[in-house]
Amino acid sequence: MSPSPESVLIATRNLTKSFPDANALDSLTMRLQRGEVVGLLGPNGAGKTTALHILLGLLSPTSGGVTVFGLSPIRDRAKISKRINFSSAYVQLPSNLKVRENLKIFSMIYNVPNPARKIDFLLELFEIGHLKNRLTGALSSGEKTRLNLCKALLNDPELLLLDEPTASLDPEVAERVRLILKKIQKERAMGIIYTSHNMAEVEQICDRILFLHRGKTITEGTPADIMRHFNSRSLEQVFIKIVRGGDVICE
Amino acid sequence: MLSVNESLTRIRGMILRYLYLHRRSVSRTLEIIFWPVMELFVWGFLTVYLRAISQGEVSQFIVYLIGAMIFWDLLYRAQQGVSISIVEEIWTQNIANLFVSPLRIWEWMTATFIYSFFKILLIMTLLSLIALGLYHFNFFGSVGFYLIPLAANLFIFGWLLGIATSGLLIRWGHAVEALIWGIPFLVQPFSAIFYPLSILPVWIQKIALFLPSTYVFEGMRQIIQQGNLQPGFILPAFLLNGVYFLLSVLFFALMLSRSRATGRLGRLGMD
Repeated sequence: MSPSPESVLIATRNLTKSFPDANALDSLTMRLQRGEVVGLLGPNGAGKTTALHILLGLLSPTSGGVTVFGLSPIRDRAKISKRINFSSAYVQLPSNLKVRENLKIFSMIYNVPNPARKIDFLLELFEIGHLKNRLTGALSSGEKTRLNLCKALLNDPELLLLDEPTASLDPEVAERVRLILKKIQKERAMGIIYTSHNMAEVEQICDRILFLHRGKTITEGTPADIMRHFNSRSLEQVFIKIVRGGDVICE
Repeated sequence: MLSVNESLTRIRGMILRYLYLHRRSVSRTLEIIFWPVMELFVWGFLTVYLRAISQGEVSQFIVYLIGAMIFWDLLYRAQQGVSISIVEEIWTQNIANLFVSPLRIWEWMTATFIYSFFKILLIMTLLSLIALGLYHFNFFGSVGFYLIPLAANLFIFGWLLGIATSGLLIRWGHAVEALIWGIPFLVQPFSAIFYPLSILPVWIQKIALFLPSTYVFEGMRQIIQQGNLQPGFILPAFLLNGVYFLLSVLFFALMLSRSRATGRLGRLGMD
């Protein structure tokens, strides 16, 4: 049975992005359903960030189709942006503002009801409530990452795009952050696109995985299916196999 | 109605973002008034010296000079208000957060307009008080009611130059940062700021007539000289600003579209 249109958060068909020197994304076809966590995996330059940027409306595709909530990410940005959010290891909140000032400004931009309560709740959830009067620039990279996640959850998004969200967290904090994200995701039936180089993390959090290499989808499926398909005991082994022989597209 | 309220909240949010910066940084706040005041000191004392050695013959020229300096600062600060706001987001790697948020470009530009307006009002008041106290030049008294349409045209033109500069920043990022400070000086020689239009070579005069700023500075000199202002100075300035408004919005949209196509938009601040 095909999913109802309302339950499909993201749909791409032969999505391609070409730059003069390379194809950053080559015919990506994927779907994300409500309540699903899909991991985009692949080595550097595989096309993960390119795909995220297209979904966020930061990059226009060269060809192919893409819809978010059934709408165009660029043309319908105003409608989509209220229901979506993102966090990236490469995007920061202004370092010269305090933690609570940054969140206050974004709560106004997202028109969050009861912003003070929401901000306090999120800061406590990610265990950085004691830092709310600290300058953002004075936070450690792990604290900044958690602050970015607070920003990303301010508007209770239906769809969350996370680009290496735990890249700068120590293993213990990363584990707690993953549990928090998984809990919120389950409670709200949120759809998440997740990129990471940490294969154990991906295995733990993602329902389904797309392996990308040089812009192409190499394989797709649940973590268990993929490991079985590649006759490997971990996703890390699969990753290494794919990168070393990545030109072969699997069924 | 809900949508209007949401827009107003977002505009207030962005204004708050700029105000927080001032609360945080004394040097940033002082910087608003430091450069204009220093410029006024230099130009003002130069005019005092000229007045002394010419024994009163150049008194009118002195008035033009100080008036022009105050007006020029208005245009310059209006352009800076927009472009610095954009580059600040690039420097702090926050620009992607804003571009994927519900904040619309017009809301962002409106916030920069309001923020710049009050900043310039503060600077102009301060400069006028200093000019009155130190050089006995009553700027508001000399220009009178005409100050409003003249200053409005300069402010709008500066703001539009800021939007065009922001388009370049969105398209090329750090590579064109120097233009933020350079672009106003591209129009300076052609705007007949410190000298009358008739001094310029004929071919430059033709270019100057396409700049709203030329009409403002020519108008200012007419007011100081004759005490009135013909509509021939105000209407072309407003009309040209209308045309440049459309052009700057189209230019910004084109630059944004190119930035999206090349992938620059998502990488702004990261290179």
